[in-house]
Amino acid sequence: MKTVLTINGQQVSLDIDTRVTLLDALRDHLGLYGSKKGCDHGQCGACTVIADGRRINSCLTLAAMHDGETIITVEGLAHGEALSALQQAFLGHDGMQCGYCTPGQLCSATAMLEEARAGRASQVTDDLTTPAPLSRAEITERMSGNLCRCGCYSGIVAAIEEVAAE
Amino acid sequence: MRPFDYQRPAAPEAACQGMSASPHAAYIGGGTNLIDLMKLGVMAPDLLVDVNRLGFDTIKDLDDGVEIGATVRNSDLADDPRIRVRWPVLSRALLAGASAQLRNKATTAGNLLQRTRCPYFQDIDVPCNKRKPGSGCAALGGELRNHAILGTSEHCVAAHPSDMAVAMQALDAQVVIRDADGQTRTMGLDHFYRTPGDTPHIETRLNPADLITGVRLPAPLGDRQVYRKVRDRASYAFALVSAAAVMQLKEGRIEYAAIAFGGLGTQPWRDPKVDALLTGARPSEALFEKAGDVLLRSAELREGLEFKKPLAHRVLKAVLTEATQ
Repeated sequence: MKTVLTINGQQVSLDIDTRVTLLDALRDHLGLYGSKKGCDHGQCGACTVIADGRRINSCLTLAAMHDGETIITVEGLAHGEALSALQQAFLGHDGMQCGYCTPGQLCSATAMLEEARAGRASQVTDDLTTPAPLSRAEITERMSGNLCRCGCYSGIVAAIEEVAAE
Repeated sequence: MRPFDYQRPAAPEAACQGMSASPHAAYIGGGTNLIDLMKLGVMAPDLLVDVNRLGFDTIKDLDDGVEIGATVRNSDLADDPRIRVRWPVLSRALLAGASAQLRNKATTAGNLLQRTRCPYFQDIDVPCNKRKPGSGCAALGGELRNHAILGTSEHCVAAHPSDMAVAMQALDAQVVIRDADGQTRTMGLDHFYRTPGDTPHIETRLNPADLITGVRLPAPLGDRQVYRKVRDRASYAFALVSAAAVMQLKEGRIEYAAIAFGGLGTQPWRDPKVDALLTGARPSEALFEKAGDVLLRSAELREGLEFKKPLAHRVLKAVLTEATQ
């Protein structure tokens, strides 16, 4: 199956089996090992990437379904050697221990901040018609699709709070 | 995953043709449920027909309602300003479901057609009448928790997992369907699902090549809309019990009531007797208690599911109280 993707600004052409998920295309066919295979069933969020501006679980979608789309993985978040504000904040707040969930957390949080800026509501938003400030409750609800088995949630939330306040 | 062919048609005719080509073909929308089930070996289509580029990705205004395209993402539907203002119970239900990543992929039609999360359905090493007709039911005699107490049979106790469909059930949604001959028909969501009986593998009244093109919402009949979901963790979990209420009050009485439930039924559950009891009555704790009795009059409380009776009573009472305050 011929599939063209633009990944982190670079166009790539793949000829792959229809069964290849977007996650496996990234890791096994393109050597981008940042996106992690945690559960492979859409339950942990370690495989989160940003496809055409939207965060998704790359394990639950076929690469072929994304033909022509623009994908951003954790490898595409920094600007050259300069870390993104979120990456820097994760370091500053110890938002990781083993680091396995971190690429997914970073991609998810990057897109989540954009969703919040666009005025998207969450389950804990009081008034659906008024954009809510990113309180701790909003951040934890919006990030519930990313698990951290080391339990570094307090550092992760603090890092996101810092960047959200900028 | 078993090998399969993949088609991405640009028009509905081609999509229906593709589906007609094989008895084991499947439409794929977001894929968040289907691909998972294919990895588990629960589903093994030999052809996937991708419906994402058929142009059913917008929400159109109707006379006094909307038609939601079949591939509108759950996140976009929840975010739509029309839905947030006039059908907030639908936004609330959507936002209570899954995670942001999954809502960004999951489609309207796919959400309606998602399969049960009964763990025995998902485990190909144990019997399941839904997965393999006639093989038996490992859930009966197994551990029951996210299972149904309404609409069940001795062949299947699997609950429908959707939040979105519960709100749509309370909003009198109509499913728009294109058949293999290109004819379009609509079907009320209240008629869309089938109770399991002795054929739990047949879940809807769709014909094999039928293509859902959208869901119509008529103008809401109540401006008091509430969705409440109770589950084992605060976010990103399926409902143990959920309830959607659409109500209208006039001079201290309930003028209109449509209440639907998740986590209780084999399908998104709505009981006309509950709505009828509430309609015309004055809100009171006794009335809400009675509504719970009516709802649960035929509940099958199998071992492990006894907790759902008091929980359903409390959720219903909370939702009705909030909607009539």
